[in-house]
Amino acid sequence: MSYQLVLRIWRGDSSGGDFVHYEVPADEGEVVLDVVHKTQALFAGDLAVRWNCKAGKCGSCSAEINGVPRLMCMTKLSSLPAGRAVTITPLRTFPVIKDLVTDVSFNYEKARQVPAFSAQPDQPVAPFTMYQEDVERSQEFRKCIECWLCQDTCHVIRDHEENKPHFAGPRFFIRYAELDMHPNDGLDRKKLLQETQGLGYCNITKCCTEVCPEHIKITDNAIIAMKERVVDVKYDPVVKFFGRRRAGREKRGS
Amino acid sequence: MPAADQETYERHSYDVVVIGAGGAGLRAAIAAHESGARTALICKSLLGKAHTVMAEGGIAAAMANLWPEDNWQVHFRDTMRGGKLLNHWRMAELHAKEAPDRVYELEQWGALFDRTPDGKISQRDFGGHRYARLAHVGDRTGLEMIRTLQQRAVSLGIDVFMELTVTELLKDGGKVSGAFGYWRESGRFVVFEAPAIVLATGGIGKSWRVTSNSWEYTGDGHALALRAGATLLNMEFVQFHPTGMVWPPAVRGLLVTESVRGDGGALLNSEGKRFMFDYIPEFFKAETADSPEEADRWYTDKRNRRPPDLLPRDEVARAINNEVKSGRGSPHGGVFLDIASRRSPEFIKKRLPSMYQQFMELAGVDITKEPMEIAPTCHYVMGGVEVDPDSQMSVVPGLFAAGEVAGGMHGANRLGGNSLSDLLVFGKRAGEHAAEYGAALAGGRPKVSTASAHDAAEIALAPFAHDQGHDNPYSVHQELQAVMQDLVGIIRTEHELRLALDRLVELRAKAAAVAVEGNRQYNPGWHLALDLRNMLVVSESVARAALERQESRGGHTRDDFPMSDPYWATQNVVVELKEGTVSVRRQPLPQPPAELAKLLEEEAH
Repeated sequence: MSYQLVLRIWRGDSSGGDFVHYEVPADEGEVVLDVVHKTQALFAGDLAVRWNCKAGKCGSCSAEINGVPRLMCMTKLSSLPAGRAVTITPLRTFPVIKDLVTDVSFNYEKARQVPAFSAQPDQPVAPFTMYQEDVERSQEFRKCIECWLCQDTCHVIRDHEENKPHFAGPRFFIRYAELDMHPNDGLDRKKLLQETQGLGYCNITKCCTEVCPEHIKITDNAIIAMKERVVDVKYDPVVKFFGRRRAGREKRGS
Repeated sequence: MPAADQETYERHSYDVVVIGAGGAGLRAAIAAHESGARTALICKSLLGKAHTVMAEGGIAAAMANLWPEDNWQVHFRDTMRGGKLLNHWRMAELHAKEAPDRVYELEQWGALFDRTPDGKISQRDFGGHRYARLAHVGDRTGLEMIRTLQQRAVSLGIDVFMELTVTELLKDGGKVSGAFGYWRESGRFVVFEAPAIVLATGGIGKSWRVTSNSWEYTGDGHALALRAGATLLNMEFVQFHPTGMVWPPAVRGLLVTESVRGDGGALLNSEGKRFMFDYIPEFFKAETADSPEEADRWYTDKRNRRPPDLLPRDEVARAINNEVKSGRGSPHGGVFLDIASRRSPEFIKKRLPSMYQQFMELAGVDITKEPMEIAPTCHYVMGGVEVDPDSQMSVVPGLFAAGEVAGGMHGANRLGGNSLSDLLVFGKRAGEHAAEYGAALAGGRPKVSTASAHDAAEIALAPFAHDQGHDNPYSVHQELQAVMQDLVGIIRTEHELRLALDRLVELRAKAAAVAVEGNRQYNPGWHLALDLRNMLVVSESVARAALERQESRGGHTRDDFPMSDPYWATQNVVVELKEGTVSVRRQPLPQPPAELAKLLEEEAH
């Protein structure tokens, strides 16, 4: 079942780079990460790539495969056009370190800016009494594996370096949403989210939702919901439209 | 490239340095920080990617949310019996007593576990646990745990050094004085000065071919400890998780959570028979169902006895191995794990969402409609750094270990769910005691010598100087994996272990001469070349310990000594480095006090 597959892998560093072609043996059931590993073992020992679990659970091996942000470990070769070279490039939104490895420290900076969970005064000490139906909305967002694909694909920052200081990105919008919908969180981060984290920049094109390997409904369940919740804080034209459409739908929490 | 002694090293000074940022490392760093120590947390990958993230099933803790009969004594008993009584009783006791508070603490920091109908943390059934005991979030509990701890550590402002590999511990006299490592990104060297170091580096599974472990699991902490003069305990005990994926070949070894069986899945051979009923050992007869009818009733009524599918992992892995060898395996050399015919699609998708997704996307198998094919996969090492059970300090002053890298807690076999709780309980203890130890040293802090840093730098740079005609690190790694898989696997014999030791000598020579291409900037070939050194000394430790223990017990099965031996029930095998050579000796196992020993003898029902 083995066959020869042509890979076009971008190789280089912050000073520049180019595509290098490798012809590697591919086997049934393999994913892109498998053939990248073979490339390392057979032809390019110093090919830089991040990976850990190889099971879609850690979010390390993010790259752009034929131009689409994806996890290399969850992209089966059989899902790509047969007989064609596979092009692999590093995430475009973040500065290249080397080959397929990028500097994703932007995300860790944004993580530091999120005020941590803080229990409500009427139930300050765990164990908390919380019901399944009340934790489920936040649980959806806590499925996030921090692969940064949503951040990578988001056009607010993909080609707009200047927006980065004022924009947390979809991954952190779901983090703010998760905390806001946590049944026992007592902090209000909505003003912060709108005024310094750039929620208003998002015009809900849903690109983030499309690339999420955990199938989290980032736009519908987190971003639009948060836009509605901050509506008292600041005017946002998108909410004006969607707020009307969603009127009457359940609205729980703060 | 500058010679090692011409390079100036980046230097940092801390009270406590924690190596590894999985559950144990994060919890240790939080504890050290909260104890007032200036704390650094170092990890080989990005923060939040450590192996803990892959843990699926849950955190074992006797919170008694579903079964009021549960308590720490029962958890202690289950843990010790699951470990074939070779656990350090004191660690098992502390673990069982403190696990519930460690779970509540996660909730305090924002974790959202699945709930019971009355709003408490839900608990699920797992192998070897008498009651439903595992706090969980679907089948992604490890992700919830690591994210909660990570967010806590970040909110506390703990300094994190991501993508930095420690290659050597530094000492001053007999005491720990620091650590030496390199930034993966730049290859530049870093020296940490610290009187207390916590190893939280996880396991060793990357030395086997079929494994659920990631590239990080190269036994760094085990090897660092050995080279620093610490002792390792019971390295022969390696857990092969019964259920790893087998098809397609690219995913062989990938974990299939025990929750599949905890939530009702059954093991079947090619004849459609629930073969586990033929493999109930005498030791567990009294507490194991002997008919499928009783087994199936157990899920809803704990007055029945537990299904044999949920025997401890060593028993199930050996049984599967035997079914396959006897010609009753599945088409790709495993057996079947069936939940499709036993639970509704809605239940399966709700309880096992990531298993559903994993099989659907990687194998094209819909687990709500067809059985899975599974076989054992190298998963966990019970052996590890010998530590004081209360403080987690090794025999080297200032060197602590917590989590998978530490030994003693799980005896000869770890129960599912006891790992995540282990990380929390002993991570916290290690962090607190490391901070306390460092503070007590006050003015007399051990010093880092420039010479020892230069030595470490020279070793690290050696692969660049080697002749390109030699083996590359990837091929040596593959050879190592073949040796350990074929000769130091689930079933062992003296002949094969000796063969493995001979092969490891050859591989050590090859590894010492591997050539790497490119430069020091983010160079995985170079990184692997350095990791190989650790993998080889740890693999030899496993093989030598396995040769020493002439009996079968838990995660160590000798075909030439198929029975458990009462003599060996009282012995630990200790590994240490003497003049650079791996040596083993026996050491009496500490015995529990009478009131705890009594708990172990009580009948299950």
